[in-house]
Amino acid sequence: MEYVLIIISAVFVNNIVLTKFLGICPFIGVSNKVDTAIGMSGAVTFVMVIATIVTYIIQHYILVPIGISFMQTITFILVIASLVQLVEIILKKVSPALYQALGIFLPLITTNCAILGVAILAVQKDYNLIESVFFAIGHAIGFGLALITFSGIREQLELADIPKGMRGVPIAFIIAGLMAMAFAGFTGMVK
Amino acid sequence: MSQWKNFTKGFIKENPVFVLFLGLCPTLGTTNSAINGIGMGLATTFVLVMSNLVVSLIARLIPDKVRIPSYIVIIASFVTIVDLIMKAFLNNPGPNFEPSLYDQLGIFIPLIVVNCIVLGRAEAFASKNSVMTSLIDGFGIGMGFTFALLLLGSVREILGSGSIFNIKFIQGDGILLFVSPPGAFLALGFLIMLMNKLSRKIS
Repeated sequence: MEYVLIIISAVFVNNIVLTKFLGICPFIGVSNKVDTAIGMSGAVTFVMVIATIVTYIIQHYILVPIGISFMQTITFILVIASLVQLVEIILKKVSPALYQALGIFLPLITTNCAILGVAILAVQKDYNLIESVFFAIGHAIGFGLALITFSGIREQLELADIPKGMRGVPIAFIIAGLMAMAFAGFTGMVK
Repeated sequence: MSQWKNFTKGFIKENPVFVLFLGLCPTLGTTNSAINGIGMGLATTFVLVMSNLVVSLIARLIPDKVRIPSYIVIIASFVTIVDLIMKAFLNNPGPNFEPSLYDQLGIFIPLIVVNCIVLGRAEAFASKNSVMTSLIDGFGIGMGFTFALLLLGSVREILGSGSIFNIKFIQGDGILLFVSPPGAFLALGFLIMLMNKLSRKIS
């Protein structure tokens, strides 16, 4: 039950894009087509869960025991950057089909603040390993949900008659605002 | 390009937020008041100036293949310094027990390290230009970022809580939507539209 709550809270109540403002760059950048949005969400889910597990182990078995937890930011970002490269190499070898689908999105993920953000948040919230994994999965699903529905709306938007000054990014932000309003309806569902 | 132009380009022509759409996460996440916006902007400016300085100094010593990881380590070091400084000096709760600036900015301080503006300037500008030019570039872009955050923060604070820099000028609450997350998206959308219109008129 506890794990279900963590997931519901991460997907709806504290949606990473629409209420926490992490991962806005890919949210605006790769949301023109539903297909690319699905690919990006897949890649983010994959890396986010692995990164959270690895950073959890580093934080609790290396940084805290030798008392250098102030090195958190430097260690985490380096670990995530090399992890992304590693995942890319392994995927290429093990599953070329999956690599084809996610490949182009992987390099972009290093600078996706959602990955580092979730890793740091999981540590700040003092979750144990299993809770951290569910926390990461929930946030990844939330990211995918927001990104894919948003790209669906943007595809329809190309046919709409939008005032000249609002075309492109401004209207995207207005739509994101309306979506955030819808998600704000979940506030208070889980404490 | 004159140094003055190099400094001012970050405000309108190459404004990281309104024109290049970089660093949007802290832009939306920390601008529920004007003061938070300035705090975030100045913290980022410090990291930007220092990383530009160091990168332009040692760019020729770094082998090309490990360029990006080295820049990330340099940036992450300065982010850690900012984090520790803010934790030490800007961590007192306000008179009415409102959270301190450090708590308000929260996770966005360590996340300066993945702010695309900082790495972007290191890679695209500081690694190719002289120390002085890179310093001015970092300061200009940082101030442009601060300007954008201040603008968005002021708009949201005026509409959302009816105050500016915590000085209230109306009774009661404002339009609470604008201090909550949806208002951030809406306000930024309309501001970008206005900036587009302005810059088209100027040029």
